[in-house]
Amino acid sequence: MREPQNGRFGDYGGRFVPESLIPACAAVESAFREAWGDPEFRSELKRLLAVYAGRPTALTPALRLSAELGVTVLLKREDLAHTGSHKINNVLGQALLAKRMGKTRLLAETGAGQHGVATATAAALLGLDATVFMGEVDIERQALNVFRMRMLGAEVVPVTGGTRTLKDATSEAMRQWVTCVDHAHYCLGSVMGPHPYPWMVREFQRVIGDEAREQCAGTPDYVVACVGGGSNAAGTFAGFADTGATLVGVEAEGGAAIAFGRAGVLHGFRSYLLQDEFGQVSEAHSIAPGLDYPGIGPEHAHLNDIGRARYTVVSDDEVVPAVHRLARTEGILCALESAHAIAWVIRAAGTGELPAGSTVLVTVSGRGDKDMATLMGAA
Amino acid sequence: MTLSVGDNVNVEEHLRRRRDEGRPLLVPYLTGGISADWTRYLTEYARAGADAIEIGLPFSDPILDGPVIQEASDRALRRGVTVRDLLAEVAAVDVGVPLIAMTYYNLVAQSPDFCRGLAAAGITGLIVPDLPVDEAAPLVAAAEAAGVALTLLAAPSTPADRLAEIARVSRGFVYTVSVMGTTGTEFAESGGRIAASVRALTDRPVLLAFGISTTGHAVTAAGHADGVVIGAALMRRILDGGTPEQLGDVLASFRRALDDSVMTREQGSRVPADRS
Ligand SMILES: Cc1ncc(COP(=O)(O)O)c(C=O)c1O
Repeated sequence: MREPQNGRFGDYGGRFVPESLIPACAAVESAFREAWGDPEFRSELKRLLAVYAGRPTALTPALRLSAELGVTVLLKREDLAHTGSHKINNVLGQALLAKRMGKTRLLAETGAGQHGVATATAAALLGLDATVFMGEVDIERQALNVFRMRMLGAEVVPVTGGTRTLKDATSEAMRQWVTCVDHAHYCLGSVMGPHPYPWMVREFQRVIGDEAREQCAGTPDYVVACVGGGSNAAGTFAGFADTGATLVGVEAEGGAAIAFGRAGVLHGFRSYLLQDEFGQVSEAHSIAPGLDYPGIGPEHAHLNDIGRARYTVVSDDEVVPAVHRLARTEGILCALESAHAIAWVIRAAGTGELPAGSTVLVTVSGRGDKDMATLMGAA
Repeated sequence: MTLSVGDNVNVEEHLRRRRDEGRPLLVPYLTGGISADWTRYLTEYARAGADAIEIGLPFSDPILDGPVIQEASDRALRRGVTVRDLLAEVAAVDVGVPLIAMTYYNLVAQSPDFCRGLAAAGITGLIVPDLPVDEAAPLVAAAEAAGVALTLLAAPSTPADRLAEIARVSRGFVYTVSVMGTTGTEFAESGGRIAASVRALTDRPVLLAFGISTTGHAVTAAGHADGVVIGAALMRRILDGGTPEQLGDVLASFRRALDDSVMTREQGSRVPADRS
């Protein structure tokens, strides 16, 4: 997984944004390229990830679950990172970059609220202002994270347009960025959006895969992660792209851009997109708000097309039992998003998709505290 | 009368001719399919003195539109309109001024024949706000082949070298955005600077757009550019129940203010203050 050529991963990616945002995107690209090549920036980020975010996160052998499934399951524990998910990896990187660019404010979209909480956290740590756009539907179902963001000093702006979920929160964040590009950095939360975001966010998340590769004794046969926009998956895959491991991305059935979408352009990039026959973007539906997005990062579209990664689908009905099973067997309450990856392992173990005796690395992208209200409703 | 492709009006020739007659150009916007009788707004606009009309083909995720045009797009989409139906309705009316489609790239990219479809309906211009000049090459070719003028946008943040490229590649006119914001954002007089910079680079017509909601704004804007685009201010009235005739009257007041401003200027007097 390399740097995209001209902002593209094969046919996907690009920079399809209004002219008013082009200079801002170009500035982020050159600032990131320069920072990423600067050992001082890298070591400052590494230091923060260690002393603040708690990295490296553990690699936990899931012994009881492995025994039940007949495959060796290794869990990469992003739920243990500060703020409870992998989102902090990207946000610390972008917040440092924003400061380096002289920006005083971070804008972010959020679905589950995890990226919003991470952004609010990094802003507090580094003395920046934070404004988080969140769909009204998500504000309701992720009330805990809304409260956390406000405690951390962020402004949470309800988005009332369209589907009132992550898609519209992202549109609104981009609209608002136009009005304040001079002092604000758009801290996008996944491997999507206009170039350089898909590339930059993957680079900030590759710490997941790089650590896991060192922590695994030998290469796992399978490397699995859930996919919303695809940042925890991209970061995980980045550590194993040059190995023989089979890479598996798990989408939510109601937001499965690769399974049920076709190529389109939304939020600044070309990728697979859920849309109707006329090109109107469809509403995604998932019990996991972080996977409630009709698109997928452009690099995943490319990895799919060239056959380097496979993308599969898990339904809401499989996800809730997976949360319970991981909790009972391993004492880990994972996020509904992460449970998609677990659910696929449970379903596939012992079949041709994931043969008995295989070793499988699964990224647990986050912890489940935020989902307790949803799970209480589903019980 | 149904316009056949052969009768299609060339946007740039038409706008140049009117500009060269000394007329400030007035281009109103309408969200296609906003009501069952939406094409009547087109004929009223034309009668009120529009020099061309921008027709928004509604998209689910209008990234460069503010609340008013978002609401208008949502309303049209809830009526179940499709691009195909809208084009068929446009083809059935003779508006008498050039029609310019405005829509987002995902709708355009649905079909390699998108521009031909526009031309067949008598639409000879196209504006795609999420398609910057760097990504435009494939559509530039398709539009040219179909006889459709692909108009590019320039923003206050656009650096000089990009402005030159935009002015070179844009067809029909150059669409300059007055503010760093979405449609319907408050008009800023500083926006005139971008229009003036583009005018220095090209003799294509240059229109100033975004936030022009009063006749005073229009007169000010037309002092920097060859004319104005008026969108959210008209759509707000339509969302509030304004009829085609009422909107025609509103547009006529903009027409009068622009025409009066030219006379005033020719007489060497001051540009009139905001009279709306
Ligand atoms: C815990 C968790 N996992 C996964 C995701 C999905 O994001 P991505 O696909 O970018 O990793 C989210 C997004 O909110 C999340 O909160």
